Amino acid sequence: MASSNAEKATDQLNKSSNALNNVMMPTTKTKTKLLKRDLMVLCLRVLAVLATASATIVMALNKQTKSFVVATIGNNPIKVSITAKFNHTPAFVFFVIANGNACLHNLVMIAMDLFGSKFDYKGLRLALIAILDMMIVALAAAGDGAATFMSELGKNGNSHAQWNKICDKFEPYCNRGAAALASSFAGIILLLIITGMSIIKLLKPNRINDIVP
Amino acid sequence: MSKVKRIAHLVLRFLAFGATLSSVIVMATSHERLGFFPFYYDAKYTNTPAFKYFVIANSVVTVYGFFVMLLPPKSLLWRFVVALDLVFAMLLISSESAAVSIAYVGKKGNAYAGWLPICGQVQNYCDHVTGALVAGLAAVIIYVILLMYSIHTVLDPFLLTKHGGCPHS
Repeated sequence: MASSNAEKATDQLNKSSNALNNVMMPTTKTKTKLLKRDLMVLCLRVLAVLATASATIVMALNKQTKSFVVATIGNNPIKVSITAKFNHTPAFVFFVIANGNACLHNLVMIAMDLFGSKFDYKGLRLALIAILDMMIVALAAAGDGAATFMSELGKNGNSHAQWNKICDKFEPYCNRGAAALASSFAGIILLLIITGMSIIKLLKPNRINDIVP
Repeated sequence: MSKVKRIAHLVLRFLAFGATLSSVIVMATSHERLGFFPFYYDAKYTNTPAFKYFVIANSVVTVYGFFVMLLPPKSLLWRFVVALDLVFAMLLISSESAAVSIAYVGKKGNAYAGWLPICGQVQNYCDHVTGALVAGLAAVIIYVILLMYSIHTVLDPFLLTKHGGCPHS
């Protein structure tokens, strides 16, 4: 009699502890879903690093020298060589600086994602990542806008202000600039998606990986 | 407390709406005519694609700002408004930057490309455009502040409440 009571008691104890386990442990389904989101942000950041880095490097190394015949004295043509470099235009300098900053920021964020789970201050980490991402998106957008319209001016000129186009004479320079611009447009779309996902992370923080007070 | 917050938010949004509207109006009315009959030369904002983009982007953001001001405070659409705020702030910043870069070429010229500055000849037009760009810069700053404020009130980044942010609670 006493043993059956004891058995019943241990049975009940086992059942309740099992029930408690089911409540306390997170299910594997939610665990993998949240980690998938983190992995996607990491992949997007790597792609954004590649896009902005290529935009920076292609624009920074953009240079073309061409010699023009100015006059002819007798049988000798007088040649003048003109160089087109990216730092002749302040808009392109800003473009290089903005994309370089975006590349460095994403590299730092990747490093923080992989190695820096311990650094936190009262749950400020997610908010700081989102705010910095927004600032970098704004900076990259400004750089893109300025460089786009400056290169449009170089390609089409402006007849009202008597500004001649330069792309017909410096075609490789213009083509390389266009490639850098296209790469930075891809980079900014990626940056926008990354910022959106960082803001979503604020709504639903991953309580396993991100430290939540 | 929430009423004060709501009023502060509305004041910010109204300031942003006013800034974008004024930049549209000032840029669209910038016009100068040189010369004499029948040889006129017009300096208008439509001469430059960058200024056209500036006007279009700022008018889009003006319409958006007007509709957001009418949104009731308890609706769940405020989370969507945060995302839209980000996109429109990005649009504003890129348009302002483009217009400033073209205005810089107009004011200082570009010696390497052989582009002469035009501000010496159309001084009034230049000043008018400068005013529009200043209004655009104010709009950009206010939108960035609004973005931070939206994230603070709607999304609760400092995790002050237990169940995440409720709009205007």
